Amino acid sequence: MAFQILLNFSLALLWMFLGNNFTASGFIIGYLLGLAAVLLMRRFFNGRLYTGRVWAFIKLTFLFFKELVLANVAVLRVVLKPTLDMQPAFFKYDTTLTEEWEITLLSSLITLTPGTVVVHVSDDAKSLYIHAIDAKDVDETIDSIRNSFEKAILEVSRT
Amino acid sequence: MTVLANTLVVLFISVGVIFIAVAAVGLFRLPDLYTRAHAASKSATLGVMSVLIGVFFHFWLIENHFNPRILLGILFIFMTGPVGGHIMSRSSYIAGVKPWSGTIRDDLKPEIERMKKEQNIQD
Repeated sequence: MAFQILLNFSLALLWMFLGNNFTASGFIIGYLLGLAAVLLMRRFFNGRLYTGRVWAFIKLTFLFFKELVLANVAVLRVVLKPTLDMQPAFFKYDTTLTEEWEITLLSSLITLTPGTVVVHVSDDAKSLYIHAIDAKDVDETIDSIRNSFEKAILEVSRT
Repeated sequence: MTVLANTLVVLFISVGVIFIAVAAVGLFRLPDLYTRAHAASKSATLGVMSVLIGVFFHFWLIENHFNPRILLGILFIFMTGPVGGHIMSRSSYIAGVKPWSGTIRDDLKPEIERMKKEQNIQD
């Protein structure tokens, strides 16, 4: 992926030298033309086209902002409720992610989302121990993490 | 235009202040350390972030001064807030802080006990 971006930049620079046009607009035109060239030559790269990964990352960012706001509204409701009737729980979450940066990203996302804080990561980095502030249904929480965040992170890191 | 910008600034800053206030109330009301970590790590992060965005918009739209340091501050708070919550709750669990009596399920206890036995840590 890094190689494709670098190639795209070099093609943009080449375009600027060809046209003797060293301005931002020249760079942007060269970058778009280079993108078209990379798109045409995509059979020769191993791995996906990098634009797909960039798009997946943007989607992950928006998912994250949405969940962050929902998390805060959930905490607000728990705190301002007249009676403290929440049911906290520590539960184990088995992850399929393998790379360390993926697990770090997943833990940060879990910590900033509705009612969950990661307390411990096991030594083999296969399971996360999560504290949920209101675990009426632990399995439902696990499913929602798996279907939203883990899927979105896999979408970014898939080669 | 100025009215729109002012509305935006007031909206962001008041939402931020509400979330910070709720985080403070949560620190008083919630029963144990782990539930307090929720209030502290989430509401405080989003609250400070909205206040900073409000300040950023004020200086950008009204005073015509674009300040990228505020955006970097938002990014750093994002990266460090959740890690702080995680480290505090993990170290207090290992140090033996008891969870609240209403906790319905505890998968973590056997894991921590196993880890302590492996590394010969006494309570």
